[in-house]
Amino acid sequence: MKVTQISIFLENTGGRIAEATSILAKADINIRAMSLADTTDFGVLRLIVSDVDKAETALKAQGFTVGKTNVVAVQVEDKPGGLNAILQILAQADINVEYIYALLKEGHNAVMIFRFDNTDNALKVLEANNIKIFKGEDVYSF
Amino acid sequence: MIFNIDFETLPREALAAIQLKRLKATLEKVYATVPFYKNKFDEAGFSPSGLKTLADLERVPFTTKQDLRDNYPYGMFAVPMANVVRIHASSGTTGSPTVVGYTARDIETWAELMARALSAGGAGRRDIIHNAYGYGLFTGGLGVHYGAEKLGASVIPVSGGNTKRQIVIMKDFGPTILTATPSYTLHLAEVAKEMGVSFKDLSFKFGIFGAEPWSENMRGELEEALNIKAVDIYGLSEVMGPGVAIECYEAQNGLHIFEDHFIPEIIDPVTGKALPYGETGELVFTSITKEAFPVIRYRTRDITSLSTEPCICGRTHVRMKRVSGRSDDMLIIRGVNVFPSQIESVLMKTEEVEPHYQLVVDRVDNLDTLTVKVEVSESLFSDEIKILQGLEAKLSHDIKEYLGVSAKVKLVEPKSIARSEGKAVRVIDNRKI
Repeated sequence: MKVTQISIFLENTGGRIAEATSILAKADINIRAMSLADTTDFGVLRLIVSDVDKAETALKAQGFTVGKTNVVAVQVEDKPGGLNAILQILAQADINVEYIYALLKEGHNAVMIFRFDNTDNALKVLEANNIKIFKGEDVYSF
Repeated sequence: MIFNIDFETLPREALAAIQLKRLKATLEKVYATVPFYKNKFDEAGFSPSGLKTLADLERVPFTTKQDLRDNYPYGMFAVPMANVVRIHASSGTTGSPTVVGYTARDIETWAELMARALSAGGAGRRDIIHNAYGYGLFTGGLGVHYGAEKLGASVIPVSGGNTKRQIVIMKDFGPTILTATPSYTLHLAEVAKEMGVSFKDLSFKFGIFGAEPWSENMRGELEEALNIKAVDIYGLSEVMGPGVAIECYEAQNGLHIFEDHFIPEIIDPVTGKALPYGETGELVFTSITKEAFPVIRYRTRDITSLSTEPCICGRTHVRMKRVSGRSDDMLIIRGVNVFPSQIESVLMKTEEVEPHYQLVVDRVDNLDTLTVKVEVSESLFSDEIKILQGLEAKLSHDIKEYLGVSAKVKLVEPKSIARSEGKAVRVIDNRKI
C-alpha cells in the first residue's frame, strides 16, 4: 500500500525547477503532486508522477540526482478537524511524520501524502483505525 | 638602522667565503649525524669533502616537505634531544606535521636574525611592538618575540584573536610597531572602525607583515587604512621561522635574505636545474649555521627571483622579490596550509561522498573564507533536508578537525563543477592578491 515518490536535488539557482518540469513535460509525464523543501543553498523537489520509472530515467539522463522513497497516500476528510483526526491517531501510536503535502481532492475527501520514518508501522496503525489508504496505481492516475 | 652592520654589509666576496666555510661544515655535520642525509648523499654519489666551491652545491640532492614528513617527528634532527631546547611544528596537515627543533644557539641565532629583520623594518630599542602573530607551535609569535627582546624593544605578546581587546591595548599601551598577518591586520582595522577608533590617532609607525601571501595592492590598502609604512617579512618554520628575509623600509623593494646564515638558490621547479640571478623559479634554501635542524637544499615551493643589485639601505645581502605564487597546489588560508588532497581525504572518509569537489577561496571583509563544493551523488542523496544538512555539517566539522581550518560545505548538483579535459577544476581562488 505504498506510493513511490521521486525526489530531485536542486541548487538554488534561477530556472532550475522549470528545467526539471520541462524534462517531465517532454517525456509526457503528468505531475500528480509536488512539494519543495528548501534551504538557503539547495532544495529538494518531491514529486508524485504518472510514470515513476519513465520520470526517473528522463531526469537522470539530463544529469539530475534522483531518489525514490516510499510514502503513503491517505484519505483525509475535507472538513474542519479532518487532518487533525489522523494526526491524533499517529501521535498516540508514537509514529513520527517527516513531512506532509497535499495531492488532490477526490469528492468530499482530500488525499494527502505522508512521509514516515517507519512506513510499515504507520501503515499498520492507519489500517487498524480504518483510515483509507490508496494504492500506488490509484494515485499515479486517478 | 642596521642591527649587525658587520655582517649585513659584508662585501659579497667576503660573504661567499664565509658561506663556503659554513656550508662545508654543515654538510659534513649532517652526513655524520642524520642518516637521511647520509643515504641521500651516498645515493647521489656526493661526498661533503668533494665540495670545493659554492657552485658545487648544485650536486647536492634536494630535500622536500615529504622527506621531512617521512622522518616525523625527530628523524631530521642533527643533535641529541638533550641539546634541543625548543620544538615547533607546522599545523593544519592531515599527514604528519613537520616538526622542527632548536638548540640554545639556534634560538640565539634566530633572535639575532629576527632583531635584524625588525630593525630593517623600522623598529628600534625605543619602540613598543604589538605582536599579533600567534604564539604556540606556530613559529610566528615566539620568533618575533625573541627578536624584539634581542633588539631591546618592548614587546606586547598579545598573540592572535580577541580582536576588541587588541584594539583597547593599541589605544592604551601606545605600540609603535605592529607585527601580524596582513589579513588579520585588515580585520583589526575594521573592528577598530566599528569601535570608533581611528588608526590615525594611534601611535603606529610601521607594520611588519608576513606568514601569508599578499600584494602591492594590499600594501597600499594597509598603509592607507593604518597610516603606517607596511614592510614585508618572509620565513618558514622548516628553514627557521620568521626572519629568514626582510624588506628594508628605505627601499621597500625586495627582501634581503640573511646570507651569512642561509644560502638561497632559484631552480627550475620542473627540471630542478639551478637558475642564474634574475630568473624566476622556485626558491631553495640551505641553512649553514643551524645545529638542531639543518636543511639542505630545501624546496620551499615558493616562486620568486633573486637580485644582487646594491640596495640604498647599505645591506649587501641578496634580495628576493615578493613571493608571486607556488610551484604546487598548496593554499594558505588564514595562515593555515591547505592542500586540496587533504580535503579530498576527509571527503573520502565519509564513504557516501564521491570525490567530485571544488575548493573556492574568497576574501570577505579581509578574512579568507573557504567553501568546499561537493557534488551530490545518488548514494548520499536523501528526500529529507535534515539528512542533507547533517551531511554538510559533518563534513564541515571533519575538515575543521583534521585541517584546523573552518570551511563551509555546500552540496551542489552532479556535473555542476567545471571540468577541464575531463578533470575537475579543484581550486578557485578569488582572492585578489
